[in-house]
Amino acid sequence: MNELVTRSAAQIARDVNGKRVSAREITAAVLQRVDETDDRLGCYLSRLNELALDCAQRADRRIAAGETLPLAGVPIAIKDNMCLRGTRTTAGSKILENWIAPYTATAVQLILDAGGIPIGKANLDEFAMGSSCENSALGVTRNPYDLSRVPGGSSGGPAAAVASFQAAIGLGSDTGGSIREPGAFCNVVGFKPTYGRVSRYGLIAFASSLDQIGPLTRTVEDAALAYDVMAGHDPSDSTSINRAVEPAANALREDLKGLRIGVVKEFATAKLGPEIDALYKRAYRELADLGADVVDISLPTADYGLATYYLIAPAECSSNLARFDGVRYGLRVEGDDVGQMYERTRAAGFGPEVKRRILIGTYALSSGYYDAYYVKAQKARTMFAQDFRRAFEHCDLIAAPAASSPAFEFNAKSDPYSMYMMDYYTIPMSLAGLPALSVPCGYAGTPQLPMGLQLAAPLFEEAKLLGAAHAYERATEYASKAALAV
Amino acid sequence: MASEKIDVRYVAKLARIALSEEEAVRFGKQLGDLLEHVNVLSELDTASVPATAQVVESRNVERGDDVTPCLDRETVLAMAPQRQGAFFRVPKIIAES
Amino acid sequence: MTVKTKYEAVIGIECHVELKTRSKMFCGCANEFGGEPNTKVCPVCLALPGALPVANKEAIEHMIRAGLAFGATIPAFSKFDRKNYFYPDMPKDYQISQYDMPLTLGGSVGYWLEDGTLKECRLTRIHLEEDTGKSMHAGGGDGRIAGSAYSLIDFNRAGVPLMECVSEPDLTSAQEAVGYLEALKRTFVQLGVSDVKMEEGSLRCDANVSIRPAGSMKLGTKAEIKNMNSFRSVLRAIESEITRQIDVLESGGRVVQETRGWDEAQGVTHSMRSKEEAHDYRYFPDPDLVPMEIDPALVERLKATIPALPHDRFVRYHREYGLDPKQATQLVDNLPLAEYFDACVSASGNAQLSTNFVLGDLSRLANETGTPVYASPVTSASLAELIGLVEAKAITSKTAKELLERMWAGEGSPKAIVEKEGLAQTSDAGEIERFVAEVLAANEKAAADYKAGKTNILGFLIGQVMKASRGKANPALAEELLRKKLE
Repeated sequence: MNELVTRSAAQIARDVNGKRVSAREITAAVLQRVDETDDRLGCYLSRLNELALDCAQRADRRIAAGETLPLAGVPIAIKDNMCLRGTRTTAGSKILENWIAPYTATAVQLILDAGGIPIGKANLDEFAMGSSCENSALGVTRNPYDLSRVPGGSSGGPAAAVASFQAAIGLGSDTGGSIREPGAFCNVVGFKPTYGRVSRYGLIAFASSLDQIGPLTRTVEDAALAYDVMAGHDPSDSTSINRAVEPAANALREDLKGLRIGVVKEFATAKLGPEIDALYKRAYRELADLGADVVDISLPTADYGLATYYLIAPAECSSNLARFDGVRYGLRVEGDDVGQMYERTRAAGFGPEVKRRILIGTYALSSGYYDAYYVKAQKARTMFAQDFRRAFEHCDLIAAPAASSPAFEFNAKSDPYSMYMMDYYTIPMSLAGLPALSVPCGYAGTPQLPMGLQLAAPLFEEAKLLGAAHAYERATEYASKAALAV
Repeated sequence: MASEKIDVRYVAKLARIALSEEEAVRFGKQLGDLLEHVNVLSELDTASVPATAQVVESRNVERGDDVTPCLDRETVLAMAPQRQGAFFRVPKIIAES
Repeated sequence: MTVKTKYEAVIGIECHVELKTRSKMFCGCANEFGGEPNTKVCPVCLALPGALPVANKEAIEHMIRAGLAFGATIPAFSKFDRKNYFYPDMPKDYQISQYDMPLTLGGSVGYWLEDGTLKECRLTRIHLEEDTGKSMHAGGGDGRIAGSAYSLIDFNRAGVPLMECVSEPDLTSAQEAVGYLEALKRTFVQLGVSDVKMEEGSLRCDANVSIRPAGSMKLGTKAEIKNMNSFRSVLRAIESEITRQIDVLESGGRVVQETRGWDEAQGVTHSMRSKEEAHDYRYFPDPDLVPMEIDPALVERLKATIPALPHDRFVRYHREYGLDPKQATQLVDNLPLAEYFDACVSASGNAQLSTNFVLGDLSRLANETGTPVYASPVTSASLAELIGLVEAKAITSKTAKELLERMWAGEGSPKAIVEKEGLAQTSDAGEIERFVAEVLAANEKAAADYKAGKTNILGFLIGQVMKASRGKANPALAEELLRKKLE
């Protein structure tokens, strides 16, 4: 393996800006790495070799002209639910299998403007609905730590690409855990900023009030770097937050002194078995060893997260996905009249999980059930926000598992609800819009596979969150103790 | 909360998704199971709780009334599953019943 | 009691009006009628994957002004909701609309009938939404949806801001419905919130029509009438529908709740499938948009921009100035002319003469020359000056007409012309006597005829005196002096 592909994003940017290596050399090395490994891993649905080399050349020219680019030459895996002009953008669905986006998502544009190199469009669960990447209609992505296992989801493609050195930064999206869970499964950092921090313009919507773009990286420093580039107000997204962003790169710290970190009582890990219980207890101890004051906190609504989420997200998705109707773009299956064309197109174009969520969401919004389901869930959501506000009166950050198990084997979760349970620990933070991340915290199971520690902060406190995660990562170095299968 | 059986055919009709017999049965059962799970929400006393549509509160996000460039027509029509001249073409429309 | 008077109609109108803005409701594409198909579209209004809406501030302010013009309440809080249903010319397959918290609530529309009767119709609400694209139905021969083989879609109109005005069922005849719609139209045009061009589809309306026995309080079953493309078709369609419903009841039948389309060619409404089950629109707050909190200061600021409203003008012209309803309507419908008229009335204090000049000689001159009155050299101030001269009897009405022509030609203010040319009316008996003598000398036959008893020739002689004096002679004094000389 070429050493160049193992460098962190921050290191690449430093080296390329310092003209010690060119963006072109980095890009060529990464493209070769993709050629060598991706047939086995299946991270990418589309490779962008030509565009990547063009971008590399442009980055080198800009640097030669005296510019400094925060992501100079940094190879990027873009989850395929983000639009990039002129490239196939599929959302992992048959219904968009051959759609070429005519515009670029704001977050992607910021990455490219900063000198990032788009290596490819990475696999995902169809329309980001899933926790294993198995719901992709267009390809199978394998976990680089064990090819018989899933990479997690829905951002499985970017997570596996970053873990296997096919990119330094993966752009993912997280609705109920879709960055954090694959981050944990692939032993990388998965960071979901505050809802609204990164523009959603050009991100193919799953659940508008929950979707949030964030980075998957091999280091916390890289997550901060990508976040600093992408975060900020976008007038094209009405839900984008219009307030100053505290740069996270300056907030990285080496210890946790003076921080109170809350451990959620309701998230007791004993039920996850002795090995995982011990692993998380060790993680909390490690936080304390770094100087944090680890305290117990309570989230009384914790157990209602899944129910709340599985009403709100499907309700929004049932409406967001109505536009895939065979009229203007994407798949069409002909019918005798427009109604039949719709029904056939959508029957053929959507996979079973997407159909299930559209149906449940349609039901939750339909006449006679709206108040009992949708409004009730919106009220429960308020309670989550209130619970977290109260909890943060007693602590600065919250620590919790990122997932209840390491990566599982393909087809292990045949019942939809058991798959939904994978998001048990990540959904509450999503419902409250909080910034949260997963950072590698050790190995469990047979074979020993990566696990993630989830840290969450109050709204807008990304810098504090990344700062603390950095201290934990530096002290523990679980990611660098990896034994990669590929 | 409602506990009656979900009318999956009616819902699929609203969502414009054709279902096979097998799918209707399978989805009907799975949706019923999921509703069982979500029914735990009825345990929450939300009588005095306002509904949250957006968790990060914000108001009055508006744009000035300015014209910006449109997409090139060929780009637009190149996406069309079926076009006729400068138009998108669809099968006959039968009035809603 | 005739069959017609046995029943009364109850009518409510829902009408959609496109707002006049430069750009669309949720994106920056141009809001313009027509153009090459599918050229005014972008990722947002074409509902491409990932595109997001941002609300047009101008459209929101138009809504508030429209509401204020009708005395509506502007709630402190409002929001956008999604109305979910599939239709091929609606790109997102949901319409961004307003469900339970519209931008304006209540209010009422004052309107008048042809005979000047003043009426009022309450508004339920006006809410803001977005228009759909346009479908053309082809392969069936006549462009109608029924029998067509396929449809062609142009999305240029998709996303144009649209306000939906919902009235209470306060209207009782087709004439009232048209009066109400005309009032809406003139108000929106004069507010500048819409061009309201029915021929371009920028105002579209549906009518809910039911009948009940006269004097009854119970509402009958209503039919919803669609496809009315002009005020004339609204009038005909509602009249035809009322007659149809009366016929149904009189023949022992029952009116069924349904949607009926107006057939312009045949002059009848026909059933468009009954609404057995209501649509399930699954409204919910649009999570891509944030709520609106309407600042009272904004409402005050917008209130200050609302001009004198057509209805208030009509009432003033008709009731206060005594203009007949047709004249009053003519003025009300021509805002610059009405403003000119108002300025003249306020400067001259004489509504009657202002009306006579503005709707008489000046309108004639405008027609002849193609220059609108308000853009002519005759300013409202100079017209008021002329009216002042007439009132003071400083000039005769004949001179006034002549002066007006010269003012129109740009010769300056009436006083200046009068002074320059000595056109002021004279009541100097000595001067007029000289003209009388001159005229009698030149018209001996006429004088003889008068003396022989043909007294109606006096008018001719007065005219001659006026002519000789170039219109300056006080006509009453001229008559008196003539009589004296002839008797």
